[in-house]
Amino acid sequence: MDEELTAASAAPVVLTVLSEGESYGYEILKRVREVSEGEFAWTDAMVYPLFHRLTRLGYLTTEWRALPEGRRRNYYAITDHGRTALARRQGLKVLAMDALGEMWRGATWLLTAASRPGTP
Amino acid sequence: MDQLDLEIEEWRTFVEQSPAVDGRDLEELEDHLRAQIADLTEVGLSPDEALLVAVKRMGTVDELSREFAREHSARLWRQLVISDSGEQEQSDSRWLEALVFAVAAAAAIQVARIAAGFPTEQASWLLRNASLFVVPFLAGYFARRRRLTLRQSLGMAVPFLIAAVVINVYPFVEGGSTELLVATHLPVVLWFVVAYPYMSGVLRSHERRMDFVRFTGEWFIYYVLIALGGGVLMALTAFILDPTGVDSERVIDWVLPPAAAGAVIVAAWLVESKKQVIENMAPVLTMLFTPLFAVMLVASIVVYLVTGLGNAFDRDLLGVFDALLVVVLGLVLYGISARDPSTPPSWMDRIQLVAVVSALVLDVIVLGAMIARIGELGFTPNRTAALGLNVLLLVSLAGTAWLSARFISGHGTIHRLETWQTSYLPVFGVWAAAVVVVLPPLFSFM
Repeated sequence: MDEELTAASAAPVVLTVLSEGESYGYEILKRVREVSEGEFAWTDAMVYPLFHRLTRLGYLTTEWRALPEGRRRNYYAITDHGRTALARRQGLKVLAMDALGEMWRGATWLLTAASRPGTP
Repeated sequence: MDQLDLEIEEWRTFVEQSPAVDGRDLEELEDHLRAQIADLTEVGLSPDEALLVAVKRMGTVDELSREFAREHSARLWRQLVISDSGEQEQSDSRWLEALVFAVAAAAAIQVARIAAGFPTEQASWLLRNASLFVVPFLAGYFARRRRLTLRQSLGMAVPFLIAAVVINVYPFVEGGSTELLVATHLPVVLWFVVAYPYMSGVLRSHERRMDFVRFTGEWFIYYVLIALGGGVLMALTAFILDPTGVDSERVIDWVLPPAAAGAVIVAAWLVESKKQVIENMAPVLTMLFTPLFAVMLVASIVVYLVTGLGNAFDRDLLGVFDALLVVVLGLVLYGISARDPSTPPSWMDRIQLVAVVSALVLDVIVLGAMIARIGELGFTPNRTAALGLNVLLLVSLAGTAWLSARFISGHGTIHRLETWQTSYLPVFGVWAAAVVVVLPPLFSFM
């Protein structure tokens, strides 16, 4: 998939994964790969700029926590703003699917109507 | 694990070279690498093999820097020019390119002056047209630098032509205040036109608008520095020529205006090619002056409240306050454009808010008094222009204060504040254009 498109369509997946609970980079990427069934052909480092963008837009918050080995780990959590954005997007998707369904029904009705020459 | 630590350290120094990746990113990426290695060794790989696989999955340093650069373009601000391949060979011709445009602007203004009767007299049409002899060269310089298409370049010329026609068709009363207003507002309008080639014709991009704001601020700093140096040079020239009996004032009269015109392009070229130098200066200046302005403004409020406005209500006061609000807005814009968007609110953000709010309070006090007395004073062209600008600045700063307070209290993002600023910017351009085009006929060109 094209990189730009990947970045755009990966954002909702990342938000969905984080709406299950806070997590850190490596775990999020693992979950994203599970959920999307390997759809995103990405090298690992590419998710971080996406995380940073979502943080900048206020969809995520981050917090550095100390690890027992003396290093630190950056945890991401979804904000209310992020949840709203995700919900709105899912709403849009449902709407689009409904619209497509309506069109399909309309098209099949027309086809059946046209194939029966006797009806007005 | 020692060998592994060493090799991870080596990987770090390799990635560190990318200017788009900062210390915290590196820490995050290392954490990722280690987590991956831990997972891989668990399923039976040796640490060496695991490291190899993990590094490979991370992506090449080139890919990695490109992705980080896309999100963190501000960090790369100074690298944009340098990263061009073959920069060394090109720098000479770029220098020459700027010089050609600078000399052309200087020559244009000089020819115009002579046409206006210099040195014996000075026609007033020159004053209102002055910016039209300079700014198009700046726009042309950027059109060349950004490799605009012919179509885009022609489109860019249209506003200049319209401005030239409008201000020369209008029958201004010579030396009237509408003519002076045009002389001061037209440069602002034309500066907004320069934004088009500067942003390579992409006007809607928030990031590019922020780049243009940054450019404007840095251009201003360079221009002031050049002017200071020029002033010293002129003064020394005057002293040296004094014993010879040559009238140094006449020499300066000949040299100064074309030099000032050329310096407009030279300053732009300096911003373009020497970003690294200024990058250290601009944030320092903002850091230094924002607190000072905050203190000055708070103190002024106290003085105003204690003494009251009294009778010393100067008719120029509104102009002074416009200047004050412009400076505060400049500090805010600069502060925002220079700050790292990923960091949480800091004390600087709070001080900035104090400065903005106190400027607002002061301005409302003055504006209230002004409006109360406007019936008595009446509307003049100057007062209308000053009042309009004041209201626009008030709205801009009120929005800034609100969004900045939300950001500091944790309810909003710095991104909202940035987009508010960049989306509001065109309003100032439209207002300046209105002062040039609409105001003169309203006041019958007085």
